[in-house]
Amino acid sequence: MEYIIIIISTVFVSNIVLANFLGICPFLGVSNKVNTAAGMAAAVLFVLTIATIVTWLIQQYILNPFGLGFLQTISFILIIAALVQAVEIILKKVSPPLYQALGVFLPLITTNCAVLGVALLTIQKDYNLVQGTFYAVGNSLGFGLALIIFAGLREHLELMDVPKGMRGMPIALVVAGILSLAFMGFANLVK
Amino acid sequence: MNQWKNFAKGIIKENPVFAMLLGMCPTLAVTSSAINGLGMGLATTFVLVMSNVVISLIKAMVPDKVRIPVFIVVIASFVTVVDLVMAGFAPGLHSALGVFIPLIVVNCVVLGRAEAFASKNNLVSSVFDGLGMGLGFAFALTLLGSIREIIGNYSIFGLKFIQTDGILLFILPPGAFITLGFLIALINHLTRKAKA
Amino acid sequence: MAKKESTFTNMLLTLFIVTAISSLAAATVYNITKGPIAEVQRIKQQKAIEDVMPGFTTIQRVSAMPESGADSVIFFKGYRDTLEIGVAVTTYTYLGYSGYVKMMVGFDMDKKITNVKVLDQKETPGLGTKMADSLQLIHQVIGKNPGEFKLAVKKDGGQIDAITAATISSRAFCDGILRAYNTLDKVENEKNK
Repeated sequence: MEYIIIIISTVFVSNIVLANFLGICPFLGVSNKVNTAAGMAAAVLFVLTIATIVTWLIQQYILNPFGLGFLQTISFILIIAALVQAVEIILKKVSPPLYQALGVFLPLITTNCAVLGVALLTIQKDYNLVQGTFYAVGNSLGFGLALIIFAGLREHLELMDVPKGMRGMPIALVVAGILSLAFMGFANLVK
Repeated sequence: MNQWKNFAKGIIKENPVFAMLLGMCPTLAVTSSAINGLGMGLATTFVLVMSNVVISLIKAMVPDKVRIPVFIVVIASFVTVVDLVMAGFAPGLHSALGVFIPLIVVNCVVLGRAEAFASKNNLVSSVFDGLGMGLGFAFALTLLGSIREIIGNYSIFGLKFIQTDGILLFILPPGAFITLGFLIALINHLTRKAKA
Repeated sequence: MAKKESTFTNMLLTLFIVTAISSLAAATVYNITKGPIAEVQRIKQQKAIEDVMPGFTTIQRVSAMPESGADSVIFFKGYRDTLEIGVAVTTYTYLGYSGYVKMMVGFDMDKKITNVKVLDQKETPGLGTKMADSLQLIHQVIGKNPGEFKLAVKKDGGQIDAITAATISSRAFCDGILRAYNTLDKVENEKNK
């Protein structure tokens, strides 16, 4: 039951993009079409979940026992960079069409602050490995949801008559703000 | 290279936030107050300048294919330094900026300048580039933070000038998006007028 | 400027050397800042204790596990010379709107609340944060013994008026204090067995 709560709160109540400001760069940069948004969301789900698990294990079995907490930033980002490289190589071999579809998004995931952010927050919130995995999956789903909704909105915006000064990024940001406001309505969803 | 131009480009013309739309995550996340925006901006500037220095010094020794991971490790070590120093000597700011301090390592501004400039230019130019970009970033964050704090909390740098709650929306997440959106629109408009 | 060849050994070696140097630099700064960081924590805790339990000369620290919750609750028994004057308890709750809230509650020898300080919270600014920086909730519990009245928000059948539009944060406030009180009770009962 608590796992359901973790999923619901990460997707709606405390959405990673709209409430926690992680993953904004891809959110604003990749969200102009729904298919590209979906592709990015899938890639992030994969990398973020594995990264959270691996960094959790490193924190638990290497950093903590040896008092190496200060190496957290360096080790975590190295793990994520290596993971993204590995995912690229594996995907190229195992499923070339998927690799083609994700294209340039894969290397960009290394600098996606959502990945490093969730890995760090999992440790901060003192989750165990199972909770942490659900937290990672939940956040990826939340990221995907925000991205896809936003892409849909932006596809509509393209067809609308936006004042010249607001075209492009400004109106996108205002719409993101309204979306964020809407999600605040989920506040009391989890008791 | 004209070092003044090199420095100044990061402040206005190629401002990382307003012109290049980089480093959005911290820009939106920590600007609920002016001091937080300024603190994050200065911390990022430190990391940016120091990593630019190191990377422009070691660039000849780094094989091309492994350069991104190497740059990231260099940046990560300076982020760790900033994190520890702030925890020990500026605990209030450290607590307010929270998880976004280690996230400086994935700030596209830092990695972006390392890749686009420091890895291709000499030490002095890299320092000025880093300073310009960093202070431009700090300027943007402080400006956004000030606007949000003034409207959202009726205070500036912590000094309240009207003793009630402000228009709270502006210090909440939606306010970040909306304020930045209008700010960019305003700046686009001013730059267009200046060019005309 | 001629760049080094991207052979596998070169790449691995460079990455290893850079990481090693970075880690050494991080370790050095860590050792330098270890002292100041510990001092900051100590001062923060000392001030929090003083805020809820004024007038002590010595402190005795005891930790205990509450009935629910993964973390221990810490008691700071205050003594003025040899006379026990009360106890400051660091407690916590996960029921905040943004999750974890850390609090310090002071009880006098009659188990009446002397003061409450919120040490750590990430509640909604202007709404939930009122649980920490306004006195709305604190005023309602000072001088009262949680064993003698229902410490819960009115919506839950208790006697506390929640902060408008911040029911969740108000609930968290009550939960934290109750955790402190119940653990204190539990420890005293075990002692008296």
